[in-house]
Amino acid sequence: MRDTFIKALGELAEVDPRIFLITGDLGFGVLDDFSSRRAHQFLNAGVAEQNMTGLATGLALEGRIVFTYSIGNFPTLRPLEQIRNDAAYHGANVKVVAVGGGFSYGALGMSHHATEDLAIMRALPGVTVVSPGDKWETLCAVRAIAETPGTCYLRLDKSSAGWTDRPGEQFVLGKARQLRNGDALTLVVTGGILGVALEVADTLAQEGLQCRVLSMHTISPLDIQSLIAAARETGGILSIEEHGVTGGLGGAIAESLLEAGVPPRRFYRIGLRAGFSSIVGSQAFLRSAYGMDAGAIAAAARHMAE
Amino acid sequence: MNCDTVTLAARIRRHALNMTSRGGSSHIGSIFSMADIVAMLYGQVLRIDPVNPRWPARDRFILSKGHAGAGVYAALAERGFFSVQKLETHYGDGSDLSGHVSHKGIPGVEFSTGSLGHGLPVGAGMALSGKLNGESHRVYVLLSDGECDEGSNWEAILFAAHHKLDNLCVIVDYNKIQSLKPVADTIGLEPFADKWRAFGWSVAEADGHDHSQLARAFEHAAATKDMPSCVLAHTIKGKGVPFMEHSVLWHYRTARGAEFDAAVAALEGPQEGQS
Repeated sequence: MRDTFIKALGELAEVDPRIFLITGDLGFGVLDDFSSRRAHQFLNAGVAEQNMTGLATGLALEGRIVFTYSIGNFPTLRPLEQIRNDAAYHGANVKVVAVGGGFSYGALGMSHHATEDLAIMRALPGVTVVSPGDKWETLCAVRAIAETPGTCYLRLDKSSAGWTDRPGEQFVLGKARQLRNGDALTLVVTGGILGVALEVADTLAQEGLQCRVLSMHTISPLDIQSLIAAARETGGILSIEEHGVTGGLGGAIAESLLEAGVPPRRFYRIGLRAGFSSIVGSQAFLRSAYGMDAGAIAAAARHMAE
Repeated sequence: MNCDTVTLAARIRRHALNMTSRGGSSHIGSIFSMADIVAMLYGQVLRIDPVNPRWPARDRFILSKGHAGAGVYAALAERGFFSVQKLETHYGDGSDLSGHVSHKGIPGVEFSTGSLGHGLPVGAGMALSGKLNGESHRVYVLLSDGECDEGSNWEAILFAAHHKLDNLCVIVDYNKIQSLKPVADTIGLEPFADKWRAFGWSVAEADGHDHSQLARAFEHAAATKDMPSCVLAHTIKGKGVPFMEHSVLWHYRTARGAEFDAAVAALEGPQEGQS
């Protein structure tokens, strides 16, 4: 996803001189091509995320479309108040990009586990929150957020579902993509764990349990219509996110469907329930450790469908 | 653009006293300490056009010590960005003139602040934009001294010097008193001017209530090349009303009744203000 992002941004920067990329001194080897080819559209702000975000706001208010780039929680939680007061309140064209959603940097430890960012960022009024599940969604999301006025958050995962687009498919921010059809359950997924969810859906289908799969790449604004349809037409909703269960995708689904008066028949959130992780390991290992691997998701789905 | 900055400062103080007393808001001491700086900016230094607040070539001014917003609202009204009558709504129910400076609905306010340590990074971004675009306008950011405890300022101070942002000028309202205690008894800043110099900034110190000294400091800043400038303005918290001067109490207290009358009398009495 990271490489797809930087390639897409480089292409945009070539045709739109307003595009500007600021890194918080991260992206070794990844940003070299962009920084050499688009030197006048690139800046390393150093290890100073608050200043990076304030700078980005100042540049954006003067007409640029500014992407801030860092990893894990550094571009979000560290300068959260700059995102809220400076960028979002002023409607500034600041696009916050975090590489390493969930347990992407699992072995680096708790500081690098991004497991509350979706909840926190979606709470900010007017901030568009995007968490692509595959490379095509990443490519499209970069273009889409550049065109979307105001402050956006793009969460990039180390894992991805590859390329799941169909010929001629159009990407629309705030509109879920239906990747599998069925009425037993709906798996609503955000982020790179989409790959696992599709694998689970295919396994369940072989067992006769046909599940709908929605890739909810945009968390805010949320595609409520697709969720209402899923609640009405399928046996329940299983939300899947590599993120704490508090306030993220699952929380967003629950609050919007309850308020719409269309509660799903069954509902369960796959996500981190154990609090902070003090153990480390690969993304796949930590997913297994915390009940987010294919086996755990399939078991939850089977239980719901009983 | 030039106007009588001493008169403007007096009007800012008088409006701000009315606004904070009517609305029941705080921070009159902080407003009085920066009133002469704000009067110099809006009366002489800033290239601005009240008829065209978003004029692209305008100088940018950010009040980073947003709690003193009433002083900037007063200056903007006096300069004709909006009516002086609007000031009467300050801090009231449904008003857009908030206690901390906000841009929404207020012509002339460049940027909203209120949480300290936000203005300078944004100002640095605006100054960088000016440099990248080859524009000639300048960016001014007014900080409080207590605000210099915020690490975000020092991130921006490093950045602005590294990028030689000589179109960026910081003014520090150095009244030596912060929220609860004197600065020296909280997080001491001295040797303060040396700190700025060591970070690669050009520093001009001035009596922040002496308009001639301030004018020279701003001229020095404007003439500085290849480095950002800091006007270190030595000020008196509560300046203009003797019983408010040098007092932490008036960071919070609202002048009412006899105190309000006494403050009015002090402001309207003979002033020591130098021009």
